[in-house]
Amino acid sequence: MDNARIKMPGLQYRGVSNIDGPLLFVDSIRNVAYDELVEIETPGGELRIGQVLDVSSTSAVIQVFGGTESLSKAGTRTRFLGSALQIPVSKEMLGRVFDGLGRPKDGMPPILSAERRDVNGFPINPYSREYPRDFIQTGISAIDIMNTLVRGQKLPIFSGNGLPHNRIAAQIARQARLLSEDVEFAIVFAAMGVKYDVARYFIDSFEESGVLNNVSMFLSLADDPSAERLITPRAALTLAEHLAFEENMHVLVIITDMTNYCESMREIATARGEIPSRKGYPGYLYSDLASLYERAGRLSDGSGSITQMPILTMPSDDISHPVPDLTGYITEGQIVLDREMFQRGLYPPVAGLPSLSRLMKDGIGKGRTRDDHPRLASQLFAAYSKVKDIRSLASVIGEEELSPTDKLYIKFGEEFEHKVISQGEFENRSIEHSLELGWEALRILPRSELLRVSEEELKKHFDQEPALAVSEEVRR
Amino acid sequence: MQSEASVNTGIITRVNGPIVEARRMASAGILEVVEVGGLRLIGEVIRIRGDVATIQVYENTGGLLPGEPVYCSGRPLSVRLGPGLIGTIYDGIQRPLEQIAASSGAMIERGEKAEPLDAGREWHFEPKAKVGDRLESGMVYGEVQETMSVSHKLMLPPGLSGELVELAAAGHYSGEQQIGLLRKDDGSQVPLSMFHYWPVRRPRPVRQRLALIEPLLTGLRVIDTFFPIAKGGAAAIPGGFGTGKTMTQQALAKWAEAQIIIYIGCGERGNEMTEVLREFPNLIDPRSGRSLMERTILIANTSNMPVAAREVSIYTGITLAEYYRDMGYDVAVMADSTSRWAEALRELSGRLEEMPADEGFPAYLPARLASFYERSGRVETQCGATGSISVIGAVSPPGGDFSEPVTQHTSRFIRCFWALDRDLANARHYPAISWRNSYSEYLPETSVWWKRQDREWQGNRDFLMDILQEEVNLQRIAKLVGPDALPEQQRLTLMIAEIIKNAFLQQNSFDDIDMYCSPEKQLWMLRMLVSFSRRAREIVRAGGSIADLMEIDELNRLNRMKSEIKNDDIAAMATLEQNLLREMDALERKLKR
Ligand SMILES: Nc1ncnc2c1ncn2[C@@H]1O[C@H](COP(=O)(O)OP(=O)(O)OP(=O)(O)O)[C@@H](O)[C@H]1O
Ligand SMILES: [Mg+2]
Repeated sequence: MDNARIKMPGLQYRGVSNIDGPLLFVDSIRNVAYDELVEIETPGGELRIGQVLDVSSTSAVIQVFGGTESLSKAGTRTRFLGSALQIPVSKEMLGRVFDGLGRPKDGMPPILSAERRDVNGFPINPYSREYPRDFIQTGISAIDIMNTLVRGQKLPIFSGNGLPHNRIAAQIARQARLLSEDVEFAIVFAAMGVKYDVARYFIDSFEESGVLNNVSMFLSLADDPSAERLITPRAALTLAEHLAFEENMHVLVIITDMTNYCESMREIATARGEIPSRKGYPGYLYSDLASLYERAGRLSDGSGSITQMPILTMPSDDISHPVPDLTGYITEGQIVLDREMFQRGLYPPVAGLPSLSRLMKDGIGKGRTRDDHPRLASQLFAAYSKVKDIRSLASVIGEEELSPTDKLYIKFGEEFEHKVISQGEFENRSIEHSLELGWEALRILPRSELLRVSEEELKKHFDQEPALAVSEEVRR
Repeated sequence: MQSEASVNTGIITRVNGPIVEARRMASAGILEVVEVGGLRLIGEVIRIRGDVATIQVYENTGGLLPGEPVYCSGRPLSVRLGPGLIGTIYDGIQRPLEQIAASSGAMIERGEKAEPLDAGREWHFEPKAKVGDRLESGMVYGEVQETMSVSHKLMLPPGLSGELVELAAAGHYSGEQQIGLLRKDDGSQVPLSMFHYWPVRRPRPVRQRLALIEPLLTGLRVIDTFFPIAKGGAAAIPGGFGTGKTMTQQALAKWAEAQIIIYIGCGERGNEMTEVLREFPNLIDPRSGRSLMERTILIANTSNMPVAAREVSIYTGITLAEYYRDMGYDVAVMADSTSRWAEALRELSGRLEEMPADEGFPAYLPARLASFYERSGRVETQCGATGSISVIGAVSPPGGDFSEPVTQHTSRFIRCFWALDRDLANARHYPAISWRNSYSEYLPETSVWWKRQDREWQGNRDFLMDILQEEVNLQRIAKLVGPDALPEQQRLTLMIAEIIKNAFLQQNSFDDIDMYCSPEKQLWMLRMLVSFSRRAREIVRAGGSIADLMEIDELNRLNRMKSEIKNDDIAAMATLEQNLLREMDALERKLKR
């Protein structure tokens, strides 16, 4: 890591008083600021960087991003660099690959930009935000009709080990209409603790769809030091903010895997002997995650946007685990993947009921998608939730014993899962097509069951069989 | 925040996140406001040991150095009160976000010192006392029309009394201008202006607390009819993520029958505050006919803003509420979310290395919660008016599990519990307020009001509630044997319960008509459902079947009455009532033949 040399003035100290996990304790220091960046030189002469977590008049606690292995108490030198970690930001960074701390990793020259930004950013003033309401067509019915994504939203994918979250994220990145309009777009991709294959999969997918030059990647892979992951999403979002709010671009940020990020945080907290809250995670996990997820949105004085799609794997598929739970409390909805649907071969296995998009309400309907969209979605949710109840009843009394209406619900459930939710990985459906598929599924049910849609909508979409636009599978 | 001459200067010795220690602080007071470091970040002294003070800092402390100065102010953390509060969006320590945006741009930088109230803005002042009058603490000496819907009473700051020796004539004055002079009993004179300060952590005094007697109507049926809150009451909305806490609070902020709304976004999303800020000015208050923003104050300390300021934001909000209550208004406070506030307490407590109690929360959590909710109530104010503060706190239990400390402690201090249910939310049954786990202890007080509107009200309400409770039991059996195995009367109960859920309990906040339901319409809908149910039972008793009932044409209209019949469309209500009952009569006659 010899490219880590950051030449800046600063006092250098020799020797540390303690080394504990990712933490260094240094005594007899002066003029060290909270949050300050530290350059650490190993006895072997290798440079790593760290950050001050706690400082008093004479001592400091430093978190080392490069890991503390091969450091020794006597042989380690520390140099305090006088400011928080900053990265350069510029449009030139598109088409490039960086490590978890924002340093070039693709063998290309460093970024020569005068603009450097503190990776922690500053909170967006709620007064200066613009409420996001521009519909993004992803071409995936499960998202477009049921959990609509809008520009500037933070919508995570709650997944589990082995589920196809990467394929879905790549499909969204490929098809999202925000990319094909004549606006400037960019994708910022941050990987924390995932295998190289995952990064490779995304690179290939971006390359195939010819957008690689609009992508900037920050990779802190599984074999990189764990503490580095705490910086990676911040570095990525710092660039995204520059692109969106200074260059007026529409930026899609994909961050994977938030669970690894949270584990790194737990590691640091444990090493510091902090009082844990749930499952050993520190009590400030919520605030820390919010400091990332809230870096999405739009501003009232600019035309760019940051749309965030964090991916996380739920340990043992448990949605009440602190990582998905606290994420759900901050993000504007969640796309939940369902193992059982996956097992049944459905793609994308988007769970019907626990998935939610909160910004959908203002992004759809008249003048945005179509008049009937809000109520149609509500009706589909209501009907599908009944399907779940009836299926569990059927498993007790047997399907034959169900009432005629309940049998229709079972049929609706099948149709909904196979025709509406599931689709090809390269199938790009228009919103009109998706909505028609929704109505078609509803036609299985008796009219009197459909109380969520209006009488008018029933007349228009339910009573007459419309000529369904032929499936518009678009392959890119 | 005002910057007065500093009385003392300390020196930073340690920085640990939002907690800073400084020495040479022996003369500082607990809860005194200080400015920390070269950037003069705002903080508050929370502990003093020897000459070392522990300070919680309301801004990000990155870059602070031990050795930097700490400036004391000599006064406790306070809000500035006076005309101009309404319609403003503040951060947790009452800095106006609009001014901050003007000076530092879209991202909030540190060390901003915007004044909460515009000192230069002129208001039309009407005197309401005479020179020579003896004024007691909290009495009114003038009035300002703050917005078209709020007349702002200028009250003597609590604790002050004496003789009025000067008072300006009616006319335009700026907020900081002297408009009066008071001679205290000790002979000293105090100038009066439209503005004064009040410490956020100290409740404003009142003459006496009064009994709660009226519902705070919200326009949400499941609340008003089943789990009402009284004016001056305290309610909690616990629920897992995405179950509808914020939506419910926003609906209440829009339609609740209060004259002033304080909406505190405490550790939640920035976009939600933006939404209120953009939407409210364009919404019309059904009662005053004026824009909703003319009765609303927003406090926004979003999740990414400094955590210590989050802790203080709810005190800032409730103090503003008390100020308007003191004028004689009914104020409603929404706090979203009190769990994030409790977590801020936990984080600060952890940094202070205090002994944790349940799940890392400090042992004083229940005491703090109690003292917050205690600031709700209906009172006789110092100026002799009657005012109230209703507090509605969202609770965000981890994993949606209500057995956690914040939900548990909160439920001891509130009397109205609107439990949000994950299954209802998943089925998009909104508001997802569970009729099984919610309760309101204000029912006896509020039912008096309802019964005055309709003598049958209690009976009707209880009738529907019984059906809903019966359904819970029947569903348990139906899950084992299938609903078809139940006797016809029981299946009818299931059918009616389904209608109650669809036609009455569910209320979509985005439906143009149904987003707000007037009390008159609620009474009528209740009557309709009860008479339908009673008649349906008779029909089944007379040998009719559910299938016969399903054939009733007007059933569809009944199911859709909430969104098809406007709040004031009495004719349409009468028509539906007649047609439905006529059809049922006909059905009954057919069966009897
Ligand atoms: N009364 C309602 N009418 C229509 N939709 C609703 C209603 N209540 C909730 N919703 C839907 O549920 C979504 C989530 O609601 P809300 O944001 O209020 O949840 P929350 O409980 O505040 O979640 P969190 O704890 O994460 O903040 C909304 O975006 C909206 O789509
Ligand atoms: Mg909320």
